[in-house]
Amino acid sequence: MTGSIQVNETPLVLYTLRRADDALVLGHRLSEWCGHAPSLEEDMALANIGLDLLGQARALYSYAAELEAAGHDEDGYAYLRDAPQYRNLLLLEQPNGDFAHTMARQFLYSAFADPYWRAMTRCADPTLAAVAAKSEKESAYHLRHSSEWMIRLGDGTEESRRRAQTAVDTLWPYTGEMFEPEDMGIDPATLRPEWARTVTDILSQATLTQPANTWMHRGGRIGRHTEHLGPMLAVMQHLQRSHPGARW
Amino acid sequence: MNDLVTRARHAAETVVDPEIPVLTIADLGVLRDVHMAGDTVEVTITPTYSGCPAMNMIALEIGLALDRAGIPDARVRTILSPAWTTDWLTDTGRRKLTEYGIAPPIPGSSRRALFGEQTVPCPRCRSIDTRQLAEFASTSCKALWQCQACREPFDYFKCH
Repeated sequence: MTGSIQVNETPLVLYTLRRADDALVLGHRLSEWCGHAPSLEEDMALANIGLDLLGQARALYSYAAELEAAGHDEDGYAYLRDAPQYRNLLLLEQPNGDFAHTMARQFLYSAFADPYWRAMTRCADPTLAAVAAKSEKESAYHLRHSSEWMIRLGDGTEESRRRAQTAVDTLWPYTGEMFEPEDMGIDPATLRPEWARTVTDILSQATLTQPANTWMHRGGRIGRHTEHLGPMLAVMQHLQRSHPGARW
Repeated sequence: MNDLVTRARHAAETVVDPEIPVLTIADLGVLRDVHMAGDTVEVTITPTYSGCPAMNMIALEIGLALDRAGIPDARVRTILSPAWTTDWLTDTGRRKLTEYGIAPPIPGSSRRALFGEQTVPCPRCRSIDTRQLAEFASTSCKALWQCQACREPFDYFKCH
């Protein structure tokens, strides 16, 4: 096993890594569907969305490497950090579950990510603004795709409706973390009204019940993760940890 | 020096998209600039989508094309800003796409409208009686559609 890298997390490096880890972790989860999705079209859709997220992560990790100037690179951040060094939202590391679960996770996050990237296109940092300008175009498609599925599943058969409602109920306590304040950048709380509008509108079209805001899980942003991230990273990092520096 | 840049630009403009080989990177708007950076020729390109896997290959192809044009030590740099948009697709590019069987992007179509509320003419028979089969298709930049008139499925280059 190769040792992990130590990252000097200045505020801007941390801010960049949080966005990058969100994209990588969700992108990797979606890649787990490859070859297993319920239809060929969805297999390709999930792989495509995962690819968008991977591209966003790569651009952000490269920027973090440039900021940190410690000789790390995008692969180092992805493959040589342990779970407590990951800064992603807990929502995004939750296992895929059934298709409804994956779609609910995607929808709840995309309804947040889409306005987040749009707000970030006006950011004073030119690199972050450039990544945001690309990502915003992609997140609009991710939101549309997952919204359509929430409606189809919720307003579908008895079984699809039951599964969609269970997914929303299970994942809801992970949504509060998206709006936690941060030391810099966009104040996510300002995006909450738009997120709530989107979620209420789509869930109502889907004839699903919106859960009450009760206790919310948190900790991902400071590296306190659920039990699901470790096993995911073990699979994702296996090759680089077992064969350090391996290349295609 | 200007000759060198012109020669380099002509060479770079011949590089085609590996996924849609009828289009050059100039037609696509992926080729942004060719200029001198110190003593080196620098070619800047921009990805269509963040995760576009063709970018590495395009960069490699540019290096080879310039090498063949007698410019062996050119540099290829990827830039993200301004973000690529389908508006940069040239008219020639749009015509070539249609002839190749891919419907070109409809300018101004909304990325946010649910259930594909837009009209995409069939590239084969021009009928507008078409429907979307899948939002995401063979590559990130395309959706899968089907013509109800001639029954042929076709790719639609998504508006971006």
